[in-house]
Amino acid sequence: MLKNYFKIAIAVLKRRKFFTFISLFGIAFTLTILIVATAFVDNAVSANYPEANRDRSLYINMLEQRNPEKGYSMNGPMSYHYASTYISTLKTPEKVALGTMFTPTNTYVANKKLVIDLKLTNAEFWDVMQFHFLEGKPYGQQQIANSELVAVISEETKQEYFGDVASVVGKTIETDNVKYKVMGVVKSVPVTMLVSYADMYVPYTASKTNLKTKSYNGMFMAVLMGRTKADLPKMKAEYASVVAKVPPGDAEMKQVISHADKYLESFVRSSPLRGKDGPNMSMLYLVLVVFVLLFMLLPTLNLVNINISRIMERSSEIGVRKAFGASSGTLIGQFVVENLILTAIGTVIGVALSFFVLQYINSSGMIANIHLTINFTVLLYSVIACIVFGLLSGVYPAWRMSRLQVVAALKA
Amino acid sequence: MIQLKQIEKTYRTDTIETLALNGINLNIAKGEFLSIMGPSGCGKSTLLNIMGLLDAPSSGEVLIDGQQTTHLSDKALARFRNQKIGFIFQSFHLINDLKVLDNVELPLLYRNISAKERTELAKEALVKVGLSNRMKHFPAQLSGGQKQRVAIARAIVGKPELILADEPTGNLDSAMGNEIMELLLHLNEVDGATIVMVTHDETMAKKTHRLVRLFDGSQVNDHALKPMYA
Repeated sequence: MLKNYFKIAIAVLKRRKFFTFISLFGIAFTLTILIVATAFVDNAVSANYPEANRDRSLYINMLEQRNPEKGYSMNGPMSYHYASTYISTLKTPEKVALGTMFTPTNTYVANKKLVIDLKLTNAEFWDVMQFHFLEGKPYGQQQIANSELVAVISEETKQEYFGDVASVVGKTIETDNVKYKVMGVVKSVPVTMLVSYADMYVPYTASKTNLKTKSYNGMFMAVLMGRTKADLPKMKAEYASVVAKVPPGDAEMKQVISHADKYLESFVRSSPLRGKDGPNMSMLYLVLVVFVLLFMLLPTLNLVNINISRIMERSSEIGVRKAFGASSGTLIGQFVVENLILTAIGTVIGVALSFFVLQYINSSGMIANIHLTINFTVLLYSVIACIVFGLLSGVYPAWRMSRLQVVAALKA
Repeated sequence: MIQLKQIEKTYRTDTIETLALNGINLNIAKGEFLSIMGPSGCGKSTLLNIMGLLDAPSSGEVLIDGQQTTHLSDKALARFRNQKIGFIFQSFHLINDLKVLDNVELPLLYRNISAKERTELAKEALVKVGLSNRMKHFPAQLSGGQKQRVAIARAIVGKPELILADEPTGNLDSAMGNEIMELLLHLNEVDGATIVMVTHDETMAKKTHRLVRLFDGSQVNDHALKPMYA
C-alpha cells in the first residue's frame, strides 16, 4: 500500500513541476529558518563551552531596588561590594564565580583600531567555567590579592593582536592605556554566552573603577556552583534568606530583590515573561510554540491551497478508488501520507540548506566565535516540525476531497 | 443477486426538482447478463450507480445477495463494493500516473493481502484480458481497446460476483467494441459473473440474456433475449 502511495506521490510531484517547486521551496525555506533559529537558541541555552557546569549552577544576573511607596525602582547587575558581601559569603555553593558584563575597550595594532571586550573576574571564575587553555594558565588568588595587571586572552584576540606567533604568554597587551601581562590563552567563546564571553579577562582588582563604592548596583554577575545538582534548591534557599535580610542600599530605596536562578530562568526573570512569582517558564515555552506555529502558518496555508487544487485535479482517481473500495478514511490516509512524503523531501532539502547556511554563519564571522551545528536536538525539532507541517497542510484538503460523492468525482 | 424495490431518485436544486428514476423494480439473477438501454438522460447510468452503491436512491431499497444496503456506513459500503462489485466505465478511468499492473492491483490494495499475492492476481487478470505484454506500460501508451481491457482486468481482479459496465464500448470503434463484448460474454459464460451493462448499441444488447428499457426514468420494457444456460 505504502509503495503504491509513494509511486503516486512521486508521479504527482513530477506532473506539475512549478507547483512542486513552490511547495518544496516553502517547506525547505521555512524549515531552514526554523533550524537556524533553533540552532541559535540551542547554542545559547545549552551547557556548551565553557559553561559545562551549568546543570549544577545558579545564576544571579540582576538586583532590583524598589521604593514601592514612591513607585520607582532601580534594576541591573550588582556592585562588587554587594557581590562580595552577600554572594561570595554563601555557605552552600562549592565555588562562586564573579564577573562583570563585558565592556568594549579600544586598542591599536599597527595603526588599526581593535575593539577588545573586557571582563573583570575573580579567581573562582576559572574553576566554575571550564575554559580550554591553549597555552598558559589562569590568574589565581595571588594575582588578585596583589592587583597584578595580568590577563587571559581569547585565541581570536591573540591572533588579531599578536598575529601568527607560537606563544604569547609573558608578552604585554595594552588596552584602554593599561598594559597587562598575558598569562594564558583560551579557546574563544561566542558572544551568545553572555556570562562567560569576553576577548580578554583580567582580575577585578586590576580595574580602574572604584570597587569600594557601597552602592548595590554595578557591573557584576555571579554564578553559584554546587557540588552536585542536588545543591541547587539549597543554594536558592540560602540566597533567598540572605536577600531577605539585606538592608536597603540607598536611602531612597526600601526593598532589595534578587534571585539565584537556573541559566534560562535568570534571563526570563528579567524579561516581560516574568510572572508574579518569578520566571514563567511555561509562558516562555508557550510563546515559543505559538511563534513557531504562526511562522509555519503562512507556508502551511500556501501548501493547503496548492494541495486543494492538486487533489481536485485528481477527482477521477478519487472516484475510481472509492468505487473499488477505498473508504473516506483510507483516502484521507493516502493523501496525508503523500503530503508527508512531500514534506519529507522538503525537510531533506531544508536540512541540507540549513547545513550550508550554518556553515556560512560560522565561517563568515558575522557572530564572533559562534559555532552553530545541526545537532540531534535541532534535527528532532525539525522532524517534529515536518510532521506537524505535513499533517496541517494535508489533512484539510484530504478531508474536503474525501467528502466528494463518487459519481460527482467520476464525472469531473 | 440484485433486488431493486421501488427505486426513486430525485435531484434537487434550489429551484428545480428532477425525477431521474421513478419506481424501478428489478430482480437480477446470479449469472445473468442484463443490458439496459434507453435514450440519453433517461436514468440508465443513475440506475447503474445505484446498483453499484456509488449513489443512494432518494427512496426504495437495494438488496445485494439478499443484504439490505440502504443504511450501510461509508466504510461498510466501501467494503461491500470492494468485495462484491467490479466497475467498467465508458471513459476507462485509469490512473494515468500508475503503470498497467498497478492500475489492475488497485482494488486489492483495499483488501488485507500481501503485495506478492496482489501482483500475482493482477498478472492473472491481465493474462485473462490478453494484456500480459503491457504490464509495465502506462495507460497513455495504450490504445482505447487496450485501456478498456485494463479496466476490465481491474474490474475482475478481485473476483467480484457482479460486474457493472457503463457503456463499455461507447468510446471504441466497432472492431474493438466487439472484442470487448466478447470478453464480457466470456466472463459471464465461463466465469459465471453477473453482468449489468448500460449500452446504446442494440447489437451488443442483443447478445445478452435480458434487455431492460428505460424512458424518462421509468422502466418501459423488460424482456428475455435468450435463456441463461443455453
